[in-house]
Amino acid sequence: MIHLTAPFTEEKIRALKVGDAVEITGVLFTGRDAVHKYLAKGGELPPGVNLRDGIIYHCGPVVLKDAASQWKVVAAGPTTSIREEPYQAGIIEKFGVRGVIGKGGMGDRTLAACKASGAVYLHAIGGAAQVLAEKITAVRNVYLMDKFGSPEAIWELQVERFPVVVTMDAHGRSLHQEVFAASSAELAKRL
Amino acid sequence: MNVLQDSLIELIRRTSAEIPDDVQRTILQALEREKQGTIAESAFQIIEQNIALAKQKSQPICQDTGSVLFYVDGPVGYDQIAFAEAGRAAVTQATKKGYLRQNSVDSLTGRNDGTNVGPGAPTFHFHQHRSAEIAVRLVLKGGGCENVGAQYSLPAEQLKADRDLDGCRKVILDAVLQAQGKGCGPGVLGVCIGGDRATGYEFSKTQLLRKLDDRNPVPELDRLEQDILKTANELGIGPMGFGGRTTLLGVKIRAANRVPASYFVSVSYMCWAFRRQGVMLDEQGSIQTWLY
Repeated sequence: MIHLTAPFTEEKIRALKVGDAVEITGVLFTGRDAVHKYLAKGGELPPGVNLRDGIIYHCGPVVLKDAASQWKVVAAGPTTSIREEPYQAGIIEKFGVRGVIGKGGMGDRTLAACKASGAVYLHAIGGAAQVLAEKITAVRNVYLMDKFGSPEAIWELQVERFPVVVTMDAHGRSLHQEVFAASSAELAKRL
Repeated sequence: MNVLQDSLIELIRRTSAEIPDDVQRTILQALEREKQGTIAESAFQIIEQNIALAKQKSQPICQDTGSVLFYVDGPVGYDQIAFAEAGRAAVTQATKKGYLRQNSVDSLTGRNDGTNVGPGAPTFHFHQHRSAEIAVRLVLKGGGCENVGAQYSLPAEQLKADRDLDGCRKVILDAVLQAQGKGCGPGVLGVCIGGDRATGYEFSKTQLLRKLDDRNPVPELDRLEQDILKTANELGIGPMGFGGRTTLLGVKIRAANRVPASYFVSVSYMCWAFRRQGVMLDEQGSIQTWLY
């Protein structure tokens, strides 16, 4: 188990390899379909959101306000990342993102951007909304809530020992490509 | 308070927070089969922890609480309009309580009013039967797994799939291959062979109401189910597409008549976070028994 703590420097990120189990401590910014399209079309990051050396989490959490009017994350697993493939590479390069957390993996353009910029794709366990919500120790802020609604907003989350697996690294390797190729070959034998 | 509405809120809560026993048993077996020390095994361990934690905290297993699909079987004369009204109110309440995410978006404006109620949301499927029983089943189907569903039209030349059961086998396995881990595998397939495009998908979803350990009474479909389950689990896609020994937890297939010109195979993929529950209600709407 590798413990990855903020600041998420290029050196730390380039040291990660496909298959590494990692626990993250630091700040994550959620961003999913609406945010990616918005940023890719030239939208400005709201003041307070800094993605340089940052980590984007593909997640639309369930968040409620508690009795003291504080945000409380009730459920927060990853959403399927491949929908952001048209936008992700540009966002990694433009904003200096070091890590993308999601599920299901991403494609060639994102993999190339990870290699060029020094970024990684970190796979969280899809559906594990409770285990992952427990790793969120604080909701620091929320942005673009009125524009996009709660699941699509940018939530700034403090996390502690948030568990992920490196499935695309900064050296051009993708576990998703490898499993697809191997499973295609196995299927061909059985048709 | 409306008794029926309260019962439906409880049905939503339990569906969102608790995995049905048949699914949990199957996941446990898959965990035991997985090779120790692999990322596949640790994925299953997190899944196991998550199932326990969601139940204990009475909170959603998965933050994507999905499309809300009600399947209602009632006697002739059962008031479907009153049921749908109670259902919509229950969904709104359950959303306020955090059992459901604010998950319903106006497709034209992109607006999410936070109620989970709007055109087509939630969805009600009513069926009449001759008995006096009222059975309500609920499936919460997340978007990740819904997105990897597929509908094939046979013959499918690229896949060398003809209009026969072997052709069906080829396209169903193709759906598994294409899904990889994107639908939060290991998953369960609901399949319909035949029908028009809409009823094909509709029937593929109602296959997900079957318990995982049941067997298909139609021998050729039973053989196809067992074959696809075994073959898919030999492909090495594994949980989350990490590689591993369990790619599917179950396969459920039915057939429907088709017109001579059409031969559709419709595949719905359900994630491991298989949110499905059901209740028998009395006439007043009180819960009598749980179905899963």
